[in-house]
Amino acid sequence: MSPTPLHLLWLLFAPLALGLLAWVRPPRHSGWVLLAALPLPLVALWLLLGVETGPMAGRLALGPLTLHWRLDGLAASLWLLTQLLLLASALYAASYAHATPLRTRGYAWLWPLLGGLALGLGLIWIAADLLLLYAGLELMGLCAVGMMLLPGSVEALTAGLRYLLFALVGSLTWLLGIALLLGAWGRLDLAGLAAVAQPDPVTQIAVALLASGLLLKGAIFPLHSWLAPVHDSAWTPISAIHGALVVKASFFILLLLWRALLPEAIAGAWALGLLGSLAVLWGGVQAWRAVGLKQLVAWSTVGQLGYLMLAFPLLAGTSAAVALMAWQATWLQLAGHALAKAAMFMAAGNLLLSTGAHRLEGLTGTSRRLPLSLMTFGFAAVTLMGLPPSAGFTAKWLWLQASLASGQWLWVLVLALGSLLSAIYVFRVLRCSFVEDAPEPAFRPLPLGMELIALVLALAAIGLGLAAAWPLSFLAPAGVP
Amino acid sequence: MTAVLPLATLASSLLTAAVIFMLPEQALRTRTALNLAAALVKLVLVIWMAWGLIAGEVYAVEFAVVEGLSFVLRVDALGLTFAGLSSLLWLFTTIYAIGYLEDSPNRRRFFGFFSLCVASTLGISLAGNLFTLLIFYELLTLSTYPLVAHRGTPQALAAATVYLRYTLSAGLLLMIGMVALQVLAGDLRFGQQEILAELGPAAHPWLIGLFWLLILGFGVKAALVPLHGWLPRAMVAPAPVSALLHAVAVVKAGAFGIVRLVYDVYGIGFSAALGVLEGLVVIACITILYGSLRALAQQELKPRLAYSTVSQVAYIVLGIGLFGPLGTIAALAHLLHQGLMKVTLFFCAGNYAEELGIHRIDELDGVGRRMPLSSLAFTIGALGMIGLPPVVGFISKWMLGMGAVQAGKPWVIAVLVASTLLNAAYFLPILNRLWFRRGPAHGVGAWPAERAPSRLETSAWLLLPALATALLSLLAGMLAGLPFSPLQWATRVVQQTYLMP
Repeated sequence: MSPTPLHLLWLLFAPLALGLLAWVRPPRHSGWVLLAALPLPLVALWLLLGVETGPMAGRLALGPLTLHWRLDGLAASLWLLTQLLLLASALYAASYAHATPLRTRGYAWLWPLLGGLALGLGLIWIAADLLLLYAGLELMGLCAVGMMLLPGSVEALTAGLRYLLFALVGSLTWLLGIALLLGAWGRLDLAGLAAVAQPDPVTQIAVALLASGLLLKGAIFPLHSWLAPVHDSAWTPISAIHGALVVKASFFILLLLWRALLPEAIAGAWALGLLGSLAVLWGGVQAWRAVGLKQLVAWSTVGQLGYLMLAFPLLAGTSAAVALMAWQATWLQLAGHALAKAAMFMAAGNLLLSTGAHRLEGLTGTSRRLPLSLMTFGFAAVTLMGLPPSAGFTAKWLWLQASLASGQWLWVLVLALGSLLSAIYVFRVLRCSFVEDAPEPAFRPLPLGMELIALVLALAAIGLGLAAAWPLSFLAPAGVP
Repeated sequence: MTAVLPLATLASSLLTAAVIFMLPEQALRTRTALNLAAALVKLVLVIWMAWGLIAGEVYAVEFAVVEGLSFVLRVDALGLTFAGLSSLLWLFTTIYAIGYLEDSPNRRRFFGFFSLCVASTLGISLAGNLFTLLIFYELLTLSTYPLVAHRGTPQALAAATVYLRYTLSAGLLLMIGMVALQVLAGDLRFGQQEILAELGPAAHPWLIGLFWLLILGFGVKAALVPLHGWLPRAMVAPAPVSALLHAVAVVKAGAFGIVRLVYDVYGIGFSAALGVLEGLVVIACITILYGSLRALAQQELKPRLAYSTVSQVAYIVLGIGLFGPLGTIAALAHLLHQGLMKVTLFFCAGNYAEELGIHRIDELDGVGRRMPLSSLAFTIGALGMIGLPPVVGFISKWMLGMGAVQAGKPWVIAVLVASTLLNAAYFLPILNRLWFRRGPAHGVGAWPAERAPSRLETSAWLLLPALATALLSLLAGMLAGLPFSPLQWATRVVQQTYLMP
């Protein structure tokens, strides 16, 4: 049996249905729903194996609207990653609700919002026209904002509403961009646009609008200011899924658009690469200076997203070999960072929950009392620092190789400085945990599940670095044109 | 069989680390048994591989991480030199550490990272290309950090931070250098030196630049002056860690990296043709003299030993830089010899600190009477470092001198003589205090902090490893002509792999 569009539809809506079910039923009985969600990553894996022979594509006519979709190796891989991380976050959330008192109504709402997020992300991965992308982006953004508001505290509301404001402004610029493109070329499907659109000023302005909307939603420097406060007050499983996937989706769309509409715009690509470089440096410096653990992790996301932006200059106008390396490095980094960042948020959440600390200095003695969570933090940090063996390391190696081979020396410097900065902020945390002569906080016991889920994700990020050849084999044919 | 043995050797330490982390802190006996069993298993596996290698077996594991980038483990005689050293000394250091850390907190963490650290050194020795080498080289950095920071005091944390600052920056330089080599020459395996040599004169300036970039990267761990700053500071770590750092793992990993770079990546002939070996000799000579001078100025025992390491490890680099088979033999033999002698010295220094609370050299008066066996071991190690026959240190210096003559650089002998005089100047006063001065053991004054006396002069766990390594450094020197002595093994490596067809 090979996958059909019906299976896709099923995978899109199953998480939402399950989420609604959990919302209707009393949320303390979410175990059944989680059990039902367990096979979803397997379905995604089956889809991925199904598209090995070639991508699936199609269109859906809804009255005057025609929606285009396309499932290739990249989309299916990302979808698999999404399902895995959503499941991990959901499992973590169930343990989290046992370990800490959450608002009952807020907790009930978590499930449909997670389901909506799954739908939004799924739409983004398979969308092949701007309208479908817009639908996915909006759904994802609104669900993300909703989840950030769940704690109900003043800080959460303030930060969440600021996030909403940024997201709405992003949507507006995105709509303007779509309108321009529709007016100029009369169509919204990406393949068609790529064929007819010329890189004239209208296209350039439209892409600039779309890009700025995406930079806002993706927290790319210098439009990142909403990110750290939002994570500071959010629940741990939500931070995990947000840092891992939501911000990446915007990057994914941006890369997709850029390669379809302005593949030869070297100056623009360099500008994006430079923005990314600044993000790497600024995110690193801010994480270095961060007072609290969650802030540190959130700032590290800003820096790590910057690495991804190096894809633009290394893909635009470079030789096929260089482009292939940059292409592989990008997705490897994205997947590795998603796994590691989710693991790191969870590990950090565990440390904070158990010690009750808010500042790094409060982590005294964790290397003895919470070795598993600290170890998980360390494993995740290995990927973020780009140290071997990890997906971050292999990606950094490929990026360095691409930069040197194409003579774009600047990125070597950026990668080096970024690695050093990330080592500095990561070891700030680890160092605190080794202190022996300070008073230890009172440790609260944690459910083992919370620690194990994080550990599995962190180990996956490490394993991905050594076993990168298999997942990357799905990208190669469809990836580089 | 061919893929199983190297993987099993790696796994013997990696799995031990994983299991130790999972065991509860109180599981003392299980952990001790596991540690010792793993150390023995690993030693047996390495000897087995050495046996097979001589019989002509090929042990290799290889898979592609990404297209054009492979993870390669490949056993060769040179790699086994380092693997043998680390597995032998790991056994002794483990025994020592079990005794040393008796009743101290955080032993699970300590032994877990200890095993991880040895797994990394094994990975370094078995790596078959630069990419794999770098993986384990960086793993070594990460796994030694918790060991240096182990005590959790502000000094220990500061030292660990300095250590990271040096090693992570160096790792970054290594990575950039290795990637650049790959851009120039593709996915190089060790032993494919001809690929670089065939690149043509246009690439030579690049290759020379990359050579020095990589030497800069390896030189930090090898503690070449002026990149040695982390080593004396890391002395705050517990004694077994110092022993591990100085004799087996970290400085040796750096030195081994340089050996690989010169012999298996660039090739000794091509390195000589590029004219980079002269530079290595000069750096090594400066390091030898500077390390000895600084050692002379230290008033505490462990820092004096630390600067002595700076000086002694540079002998290896000196041997590499001397173009010729004798220099190479000297370098490889000294890799092993220095490990045996230095580990002995650190064990003894640890014993003095544990048993009597002695840290400063002027507190050592008359210790020979209170702790005769430890002092005997220390004396053997110190005499070996000075280069007195029949201890192994003599053989290293003799071969280096011969190598210098063979390479047409007789002035190196002057450096060796100067270094020997300096070694004597900083070790003989210690021996004098140990044996010929009157101290608390003779009723003059008191020890800084004496432990309750035991049946032996100190715990057997601490004493026996020191005696064993001292005995080995004596035997390796006296029986240097026997087939499996370090000298003969080094000669075999040189004959099989390099220079002579």
